[in-house]
Amino acid sequence: MNDNPLVSLFGYFALLSLFAVGGANAAIPEMHRIAVEVMHWMTDRQFADSFAIAQVSPGPNIIIVTLIGYHVAGLPGAAVATTAMCGPTCIVAFLVARIWDRFKEARWRIAIQAGLVPVSLGLIAASAFVLARSADHNIYAAIITAVTALVGFATRINPLWIFAVGGLLGLTGLL
Amino acid sequence: MSATAAPSPVRPTLSELFRAFAVVSVSGFGGALPWARRKIVEQKHWMTAEEFNEAFALSQFLPGPNVVNFSVVFGSRFGGAPGAAVALAGLMGPPLVIVTVLAVLYARFGDLEILSRVLAGITAAAVGLLIAVVAKMAAPMFRKRWDWAPLVAIAAFIGVAIMQWPLPLVFVALAPVSVALAWVTR
Repeated sequence: MNDNPLVSLFGYFALLSLFAVGGANAAIPEMHRIAVEVMHWMTDRQFADSFAIAQVSPGPNIIIVTLIGYHVAGLPGAAVATTAMCGPTCIVAFLVARIWDRFKEARWRIAIQAGLVPVSLGLIAASAFVLARSADHNIYAAIITAVTALVGFATRINPLWIFAVGGLLGLTGLL
Repeated sequence: MSATAAPSPVRPTLSELFRAFAVVSVSGFGGALPWARRKIVEQKHWMTAEEFNEAFALSQFLPGPNVVNFSVVFGSRFGGAPGAAVALAGLMGPPLVIVTVLAVLYARFGDLEILSRVLAGITAAAVGLLIAVVAKMAAPMFRKRWDWAPLVAIAAFIGVAIMQWPLPLVFVALAPVSVALAWVTR
């Protein structure tokens, strides 16, 4: 791709924006692949850190692209990455919203939606896998992940409490 | 949707739209949807619960972040293109300011041992929550006796996580098959 990082940021994230069925969580593996493996914009740890910061920040989790963009090219990078990730999908949303009533009951619409659920499930599972590989590099981190998974599955506790406990355990230096 | 419930008569102005989504965005740790529902349906009465579900179904149907889509769908319903722009700006504006400050701090202090420890703990916990999301989504899918859906999910997982193929490639290969199976089997 082009040498200018802003052009690469825009191109990758604008494309990703249209394939991110299931939202930010489904897009994580592709972001990781591009930012860490292909473009070498950041290390594995920096990517995991960006994910963590986006999780504890208020607002949509897709805001991780703002952090990646800033890391690559400062404020212009943040602006370009965010615009690329939200722009195409917002334009599609605006256009589809006006004709939604015409096809919301259509059989093909229901088939598309039903067909995409397992795809996004596989993608979100891939996110967990990719992030676990960079986060759970010792037994204590793996235990935190396992316990959190159980608590998250069984209860409807506010994630902030879970992040607070995770952060405090991290602070102790066990991880 | 049936016409049993009358559409909500209360219409927001542009500045109300902006403020509502700004409040939703900064309250919405770990998912803004419950906050959006509370604000729009219960407090402001801009939509009935059914209208809200309908608009959210559309947002889920579209690619990209659901809440971002929702702000555009909702804003355009009440104020056309300006409404969509205002709702989106409300949703993204405050978080962007906050996260940019955090990005600056991270660029400066990211190498500090203590910070990386805390972030490592948060990441480990966040991965656990992701696994919980996957389990909640998968439970109804795997409960059926034998079905194509788990195979598609496993194929998507292997393609993206193990083979590390580009997402657009995996999507273009799998989505048509999955949609066709959904069409045939229902």
